[in-house]
Amino acid sequence: MEVGQMQRRLAEFTKSMFMEGFLDGQFLQLQQLQDESNPDFVVEVVSLFFQDSEKLLNDLTLALDQQNVDFKRVDAHVHQLKGSSSSIGAQRVKNACVVFRNFCEEQNLEGCMGCLQQVKQEFYLVKNKFDTLFTLEQQIVAAGGSIPAMEITSF
Amino acid sequence: MMDSCNCIEPQWPADELLMKYQYISDFFIALAYFSIPLELIYFVKKSAVFPYRWVLVQFGAFIVLCGATHLINLWTFTMHSRTVAVVMTTAKVLTAAVSCATALMLVHIIPDLLSVKTRELFLKNKAAELDREMGLIRTQEETGRHVRMLTHEIRSTLDRHTILKTTLVELGRTLALEECALWMPTRSGLELQLSYTLRQQQNPVGYTVPIHLPVINQVFSSNCAVKISPNSPVARIRPLAGKYIPGEVVAVRVPLLHLSNFQINDWPELSTKRYALMVLMLPSDSARQWHVHELELVEVVADQVAVALSHAAILEESMRARDLLMDQNVALDLARREAETAIRARNDFLAVMNHEMRTPMHAIIALSSLLQETELTPEQRLMVETIMKSSNLLATLINDVLDLSRLEDGSFQLNIVTFNLHVVFREVLNLIKPVASVKKLLITLNLAPDLPEYAVGDEKRLMQVILNVVGNAVKFSKEGGISITAFVAKAEYLRDARAPDFSPVPSDNHFYLRVQVKDSGSGINPQDIPKLFTKFVHNQSLATKNSGGSGLGLAICKRFVTLMDGHISIESEGLGKGCTATFIVKLGIPEKLNESKFPVMPKVPANHIQANFSGLKVLVMDDNGVSRAVTKGLLLHLGCDVTTVSSRDELLGVVSQEHKVVLMDVCTPGIDSYEVAVQMHRLYSNHHERPLLVALTGSTDKVTKENCMRVGMDGVIQKPVSLDKMRNVLSELLEH
Repeated sequence: MEVGQMQRRLAEFTKSMFMEGFLDGQFLQLQQLQDESNPDFVVEVVSLFFQDSEKLLNDLTLALDQQNVDFKRVDAHVHQLKGSSSSIGAQRVKNACVVFRNFCEEQNLEGCMGCLQQVKQEFYLVKNKFDTLFTLEQQIVAAGGSIPAMEITSF
Repeated sequence: MMDSCNCIEPQWPADELLMKYQYISDFFIALAYFSIPLELIYFVKKSAVFPYRWVLVQFGAFIVLCGATHLINLWTFTMHSRTVAVVMTTAKVLTAAVSCATALMLVHIIPDLLSVKTRELFLKNKAAELDREMGLIRTQEETGRHVRMLTHEIRSTLDRHTILKTTLVELGRTLALEECALWMPTRSGLELQLSYTLRQQQNPVGYTVPIHLPVINQVFSSNCAVKISPNSPVARIRPLAGKYIPGEVVAVRVPLLHLSNFQINDWPELSTKRYALMVLMLPSDSARQWHVHELELVEVVADQVAVALSHAAILEESMRARDLLMDQNVALDLARREAETAIRARNDFLAVMNHEMRTPMHAIIALSSLLQETELTPEQRLMVETIMKSSNLLATLINDVLDLSRLEDGSFQLNIVTFNLHVVFREVLNLIKPVASVKKLLITLNLAPDLPEYAVGDEKRLMQVILNVVGNAVKFSKEGGISITAFVAKAEYLRDARAPDFSPVPSDNHFYLRVQVKDSGSGINPQDIPKLFTKFVHNQSLATKNSGGSGLGLAICKRFVTLMDGHISIESEGLGKGCTATFIVKLGIPEKLNESKFPVMPKVPANHIQANFSGLKVLVMDDNGVSRAVTKGLLLHLGCDVTTVSSRDELLGVVSQEHKVVLMDVCTPGIDSYEVAVQMHRLYSNHHERPLLVALTGSTDKVTKENCMRVGMDGVIQKPVSLDKMRNVLSELLEH
C-alpha cells in the first residue's frame, strides 16, 4: 500500500474515532503539542494513560470487592481516572467516569459495579482504537511518509 | 537488156473498173491523211493545254507518210519507172518506221489519256459534293444566326413573362409558324396548363391537360424535339384554319430549373424535373415539313428558355433576399443601439451603487456592531443581532452582484499577493466554526504535508471561494460532518475526465491547489448539477428557511476559479447522499521568503499575545500523571522550561525564585491547594519575587473560582486546557 493511501486511511480512522465519540477536542490539543522537540509526545502520554488506568481499574475492582466498600476511596480513584481520560481526550471513558462518580456519591454499590464494567469496556475499546492508530502511524513512518497534519473543530 | 522489168505486174489482168475505184479510194485516203494532221495542228494551236505536242508531230508524220504512201501508190497502177519504185519503197519504209514508233509510243500514252478522263470525273463528283456541303453549312449558319438572335431577344430581359412571350414570338417569326404554345405544369404537378400562345385562340388560357398522357410522356422522356400528331390534345389549340390538312406539329420539353438544381461545380441534375411543353405548328395547307435544322433550332431554343427562366428566378430570389437582409440590418442596428444604451445605463447604475450603496451599508454594519458592545436588554440585543444579520446579508448581496457584474464585464482583475495558504484555511475554519457548532457538525481539515505554506495569488478571492463552498456544505447539512482536504494536484489529477476541456500546464513556478469539500448533507439531484453554477438559480428542493443568499455564490466562485486558471465541479450521488465539491486553482510559488514583504504574524483574531515564552521557568503540580504529562507537554510546546511535581510537599521543596509561574491542580480531593497558595504568599512576601500562581481546575462552578481568588491566586484556568487558552492566560499574566 503506498504512502498516500495509508495516510488517507489514517485520516479516515482518526475521523471515525472522533465521530464515534471516542475522542474529543482535547486529543487534538495533544496532537498540536507534538513537534520536532517532542516527536513522540502523543504516544508517550497515551501509553502513560494506559498504564495508569490499568492500575486504577485494578484498584477499583479490588476496592469494590471489599466487604465494606470505601466509597470515598472509590471516588478518589474514579476522580483520577476521569482526570486522566479527560486530559488525553478519551471522551467516552470520561463520560463513564462521570456517571460512576454520581453513583459513588449516592453510595450505590450496584450502580458502581455496573459503572465499573462500563468504564472497563470503554477503556479497552479506546485502547484497541489507539493501538490501531499507532500501528497505522508507524506503518506510514516506516514507508517514508509523514503523518499528515490534521485540524478538527468540533462542538 | 533484161527481159524482165522491175515493174511489178499484177498477177491477173487488171480490171479497169476495179482499178479505177482503187485509184479514187487511194486518192481520197491520201487526202484524208493529209488533212487530219492539218486539223490536229489547227486545234492544238488553239488549245494551250495539250501536253503531247511532239506526239502529235509523230502522229502527223505517220499520217502524212501513210498518205504519201497511198499517194505514191497512185503512180504504181501504171507503168512506172524505177525512181517511182524507189520513192515508193522509201516512203513505205519510212512509214513503217514511224508507224511502229507511233504504235510503241501509243502504248505509253493511251493509259495517261484515259487517266486524265478518270480524274476529270472524280473532280466533278467532288465538286458536286462540296456544293452539297456548302448548302448544309449555309443552312446551319443561318440556323445559328436565328438562334443567336432568338437567344438575344429572350435573354435581354429577366422578366419571366417577357421571356416566354418573346420566345414564342421570335420562334414564330423565324420558323414561320402558324401557332406556338407553351404548356406549364400546375402547382399540383398533375396537369399541364396552357399558359402562353402566340396568337389569340379560341381556348382560353387556363385550359388544362392531364400530365400523364402518353404523348406528353414521350416528349418529356426525350431531349429532342418530337413530332407529334396534330390531333393530340396538346396540339388542338386552334381550330382548323386552313382547308383540311393541318401542318406538322412538333413538341419539345422545356426543363424548369430551380435554384436548388444548380450545384456548384456540377451541372444541374435533370432527373427530378418539372417540364413545360412547347408545341409548334407549321402552317396548315402548306407542304412544309420539319427540317432537321429547324428541329435543332427548336431544341436549342428550348434549352435557352430554361436557362433564362432560371436566371429570372434566381434574380427574384436574390432581390428578395437582399430586401430581407436590409430589413434585418436595420433591425439589428436598432437592437445594437438599444443594447448599448442598456449597457451604459447599467454601468452608470453600477458606478453609483458601488459607492453610494456601500457607504450607508458600512455605516449600518459598523454602528450595529458597536451597539452590540453596549449594554442592551435581551430584546434589544435580539433586535440588534437581526439588524446586523440582515445588513450583512445585504452587504454580501451587493458585493456579490457588483463582483459578478465586474466579472462579466471582463473588467475584473485578480489582486495578486503573496500570502500564507495554511492561514487562509484556518481562517475559513474559524469563520465557519460558530455555525457548524450550532448545527453540531464535525469539520475536518486535512492539509497535505507537501502543501506549500506560502503561495502567490488573490488571497481574498481564494478565501471567498473556499468559504463559499464550505459554507454551502455547512448550509445544506443537517448532521454529520464536513471534510475539507487540500493538496497539491499532481499531473494525473489534473486531467480530469469530468472537465475534458481543462488542460492545465504544470510549470516550475506554479502549482495547482486541489481542494475537496465533502459533506454528508442533503445531496443534490444529479440532474440539477449543471444548473448550480447558473446565476440566480435556486435549487428548489433545497430551498429551506435557512438558506439565504441570492444564488450568486457558486456562479461567482466559478468565475473566480476560472480567472485563477482553474476548474470547479460538484458531484453528488443523489438526494440524501451528501455531495462533494472539488476545485483546482493555479497559484504561484513565492520566489524567496522575504520577511519584509509580508506579515510574519499569522492573522489570528484578537491576538495581542506574546507568542514565545522561551525559557520561562514554570512549575507544575498535579498528582495525576497523565494530566501532569499533558500540561508539561503544553508548556514545553510554548517553549517554557518545565519542572513537574506531584505533591504539595514536593512543590514547596522545589519552588524557587527562578520559577515565574506555578501551575497547580486544585481539584484533587484531599490536597488543599489553597493552603499551598497561602503558604506561597507567606514565603514570598515581596510581590516581585513571588511566582505567579495559577490554578488548574476541572470544575466550572463559581465557588472554586472565588476560593482561588480569595487565597490570592493570580489566575484560574479551566481544564481541559487548550494551547491557545494557556497562551492567552500566560501572556495576560506576564503582561502585568
